[in-house]
Amino acid sequence: MADDLIMPIEASHILMFARAIGDDNAIYRDDVHARQSEVGHIVAPPTFARAVAQFDPDYHLRWRTNVPWFGSGKNPTGLDNPSPSTGGLHAEQHFEYHRQAKPGDVLTVTTIKGKIWEKMSKRAGKLSFSETIQEYRDQNGELVITSRSVGVKTERPVEQS
Amino acid sequence: MPLSASKLNVGDKYEEVVVDDLTRTQLVMYAGASGDYNPLHTDDLYSKEIAGYPGVFAHGMLSMGLTGKMLTNYVGDGRLTKFGVRFTNQVWPGDTLTSKATVIEIREESDEHFVDLMLETMNQDGKTVVTGSASARVDP
Repeated sequence: MADDLIMPIEASHILMFARAIGDDNAIYRDDVHARQSEVGHIVAPPTFARAVAQFDPDYHLRWRTNVPWFGSGKNPTGLDNPSPSTGGLHAEQHFEYHRQAKPGDVLTVTTIKGKIWEKMSKRAGKLSFSETIQEYRDQNGELVITSRSVGVKTERPVEQS
Repeated sequence: MPLSASKLNVGDKYEEVVVDDLTRTQLVMYAGASGDYNPLHTDDLYSKEIAGYPGVFAHGMLSMGLTGKMLTNYVGDGRLTKFGVRFTNQVWPGDTLTSKATVIEIREESDEHFVDLMLETMNQDGKTVVTGSASARVDP
């Protein structure tokens, strides 16, 4: 089991995230509007929980100093022997909301490995699926969000139809 | 305005264009906000020459985030109880996506009312890129 991650929910992070999904809803950026709304505070957008990647010190999909990076610099990849696999793609994502996450929450995120399975596909060869469950608990130990994601590693790039 | 169970019918539909002509800049913004810097989504050189794709493509979670924007516009803020998707096709720069929710059930559970929705997001060619489902709390 991976170490727990600590995800502080911050208003500026919510603002940046809402901009990135092109959502201009005032509930994500305007404290005065949010306080007068039914929810009563700024809330995190429904898919925000996955931004927990920002708080994983060893996240493999973030460039870090002194760690070879698989993206391009001088060359198309910084690795000497890039893996023939194209890395992981996201196949499924499911969230259950027990309450709305809001700025000021400090969530502890526990990661549990789920099932793994394989399937053959015409468009990408052998597909290796793996499931990950993440439980987001608040400062009082209450469950806020449960996330179940399924990642897939493809044998070759997905053919475009 | 939140939805009301008494005014909803099975088969009701709501749809929205959630992105028009998706830009590479938006992919960079999504990488920065989400923390997913996989070069497949922001690094054309890597995506073409190493990964073997026609170029960069959108994070699955961006497609889900765009679908979620339609969803919260429909059911209201802070009303979702469940939201799940499958990513069925990749989304590329230049794509225009339309997300649609269809009411499949309206139910009451311990004095609270809920709507269950089926979700689909399609690109400009009518190809489905996201399918899914969601549940939300609604007014009586």
